[in-house]
Amino acid sequence: MSTSAPRVRVRGVVGESVERPDAVPKVKGEFEYASDLRRDGMLFGATLRSPHAHARIAGIETSAAKRMSGVRAVITSGELPTRERFGLMKLDQPVLATERVRYVGEPVAIVAADSAEEARLAVRAITVRYEPLAAITDPVAALQQGAEQLHRSGNVIDEVIVVHGDPDTRADVVVEGEYEVAMQDQAALGPEAGLAIPRRDGGVDLHVATQWLHEDLRQIAPCLGLPESKVRLVLAGVGGAFGAREDVTLQIHTCLLALATRRPVRMTYGREESFYGHVHRHPAKLFYAHGATKRGELVFVRATIVLDGGAYASSSPAVIANAACFGAGPYRVPNARIHAVGAYTNNPPAGAMRGFGAVQSCFAYEGQMDALAAKLGIDPVELRERNALRNGDPIITSQPVEGSAPVAEIVRRCADAPLPPRGPETDPIALPGGAGNLTHGEGVRRGVGFAVGMKNVCYSHGFDDFATARVRLMRDERGPLARVHTAAAEVGQGLVTVCVQIVRTELGVERVELDPPDTTIGSAGSSSASRQTWMTGGAVLAACREVKAVLLSRARATGRPPDDLAALLDEPIDKTVSHRHRDTEPRDAATQNAGHVAFLFAAHRAVADVDIETGLIKVVQIATAQDVGKAINPLAVVGQIEGGIAQGLGLAVMEEVILKDGHVRNASFTDYLLPTTLDMPPVVTLLIEHPHPDAPYGAKGVGEPPTISSTPAIVAAIRAATGRTLHRVPVRPDDIVFDEPYRSGWRITPGDDPRRAVRA
Amino acid sequence: MKLNVNGSERDLEVDDHESLLTALRERLGLPGSKNACEQGECGSCSVLLDGALVCSCLVLAGAVAGRDVRTVEALSDDEGLHPVQRAFAETGAVQCGFCTPGLVVATYALLTENPEPSDREVREALSGNICRCTGYGRILEAVQRASAAMYRR
Repeated sequence: MSTSAPRVRVRGVVGESVERPDAVPKVKGEFEYASDLRRDGMLFGATLRSPHAHARIAGIETSAAKRMSGVRAVITSGELPTRERFGLMKLDQPVLATERVRYVGEPVAIVAADSAEEARLAVRAITVRYEPLAAITDPVAALQQGAEQLHRSGNVIDEVIVVHGDPDTRADVVVEGEYEVAMQDQAALGPEAGLAIPRRDGGVDLHVATQWLHEDLRQIAPCLGLPESKVRLVLAGVGGAFGAREDVTLQIHTCLLALATRRPVRMTYGREESFYGHVHRHPAKLFYAHGATKRGELVFVRATIVLDGGAYASSSPAVIANAACFGAGPYRVPNARIHAVGAYTNNPPAGAMRGFGAVQSCFAYEGQMDALAAKLGIDPVELRERNALRNGDPIITSQPVEGSAPVAEIVRRCADAPLPPRGPETDPIALPGGAGNLTHGEGVRRGVGFAVGMKNVCYSHGFDDFATARVRLMRDERGPLARVHTAAAEVGQGLVTVCVQIVRTELGVERVELDPPDTTIGSAGSSSASRQTWMTGGAVLAACREVKAVLLSRARATGRPPDDLAALLDEPIDKTVSHRHRDTEPRDAATQNAGHVAFLFAAHRAVADVDIETGLIKVVQIATAQDVGKAINPLAVVGQIEGGIAQGLGLAVMEEVILKDGHVRNASFTDYLLPTTLDMPPVVTLLIEHPHPDAPYGAKGVGEPPTISSTPAIVAAIRAATGRTLHRVPVRPDDIVFDEPYRSGWRITPGDDPRRAVRA
Repeated sequence: MKLNVNGSERDLEVDDHESLLTALRERLGLPGSKNACEQGECGSCSVLLDGALVCSCLVLAGAVAGRDVRTVEALSDDEGLHPVQRAFAETGAVQCGFCTPGLVVATYALLTENPEPSDREVREALSGNICRCTGYGRILEAVQRASAAMYRR
């Protein structure tokens, strides 16, 4: 490309730390989020939800609600235009519950009224007669013979078995352990919100905060009884996502109410409703055995992983596949058997959250690596270095890691990062318990812990994963201008900046404007799986190169230099390109295939102070080394890494959606604890840049790895400080003070079918 | 009732149970203050009430009659962004941005009282503002940059 590279020096290209194009409206409070949308004559929607984890619906009475002041529509399952169901990977979820409800919070009826208050009151006036049924809330119990079947297909959502080498081989040293990861909430600050506007042609326009406009459209249109051509989705401002906006929440409901009333309808969830309204991270029970030689070379990994999918499938099949495929971590493991099953239960549905299956298994295998290091008398960092995957090594699915696999390098770089000053803290705010002033340091012990993790980037196992971008190069009174149109969801991650930087780099045009994402252009795929820089970035890059080819031919034809844009743009240049990554293979029975596009790696070291008397924890520092391929916007990459670590810290010591008999006991930010400035320590970030040959500029995804291994690193630090076992996250004060080891309540031989579990 | 919002006198009718946040967003056309937790935990709705930092979701609208309210919308003017806003934009302190208006107002309040806060003072002062995207590192840097821009040039 060097001969065609623009000679004009433009600012804000790939590799620079560029300010976000939406930063100014966001700091001024002018950026319009989905919950800020308004239209004249707009109605407000509200949802009636099930108070039961499992019940038969014997009758619904809506006449009182329909008579109330301001009420314009009340819809129950009997009034739906179709019987279609929705769901990301299985169409198993009713738009409104029909004969039975399967979780607390399942939508049963929806209302539109003149004001939000009237809609809420009308919801309360609907009476539903429920006949409660026994609820299944333990996913292992759901898999046992004789368990009540929650869906016609049974209680197994999906099952992934990885068999590699000779999994039953013996080893000099074996460690076994059972682990649990609790349910984590994405807790995006922006509530679920959308505005549906009926169209004259009988269709509807939906402005909504989502991660994937086209996937929403695919699920919404059939449930409305409309062809996709009559439903248009436009991305509204998204206040964070982290996986929670991959699923349909209020999209269909808002459209139904708008179509029924012929008026614009806005729905916005409050915080409590948001906890019930979106999917969460899968809770997991993991049963592991690791075998190694006396010198510390891994011989086998055997694991059984049970994920609680809750009442509906959502993206569970892909989460299960990730938990299994990356179940041995970024290590050379010649023999493995991983048996991962996702179960339907009567808990709230689980789905995507940052790290997507890789988080759960990483917590377990990194705990195992530390246990192995202790048993062998080898330094935990040394053990990881010794077994680290190298370029070309196969993972347990037999797929070789190609492009870049600097696992040993990130492990060593991270371990060598400077430690925080030792000295005893005197300021209570910096000690465990903080402003509670619970210690002067007398019971405080410091520990250092280490972890490394891996994950796939982009979609796996044969999914037709593509992204579309349109780039137009033109000239107006202010000079050359490039416009970019995609359907990609900016959810905060900074894709908008990446797109602008790519266009500037490729076309040498500083003025780049982005059209609002909508479904009038081809799909961009989801803003998930750390994939949008690779995919939509790749599509924008490809479209730019087609635009540039036209520019060059015009330059040749006119004898002008190719960077004389003023002379070459009498006619605009307009190119739309769909970009696909390399093919991946579908899963087979033993999951021995090239199912993934590429792999991401990060290492974390945590330093934590623990008050062994109160069980309170203060994380003092996190160091991380991450292979990002190429940092397109270094400042934004650091922001992704620090933010991802904060969520990993939350899972380690604070965040749990507490469930009791299927009820969420802490559906508020008062009771669901999120890291604040006083919880989050300084982060030392080391960016490792080994460009991946398939990725635009070599940039691998960066969003998820920070959330994967930060959690086990923090727990390892707490173990080092206290000597406690700590096989469950989040670690609670009682786990430290009373040292009750985690027990799943089940006996399963690691690697076995969890349907053969026995109550312990 | 009457109140002063961002420098102008406004007439307002509110319900008895309505929060100042709802009144600002739904009645006064000022959606910059955000609704994220509705119980004073996250600081996304931070405004200045007679100069004091409050969560507007915890203040009854009826209680602000005759008082002075300043929201994020008042910080920038025709001259451009306030140094706090400029610092947030430049340091990467903004990702999804939903917490940003509240953090900008809280930072403005902090730097008005304490022009050169230490890292620990900043952490304490902003501990009522939750950000789910950034992990706070860039935000802490933005506060120091804003302090320098406002007081140390």
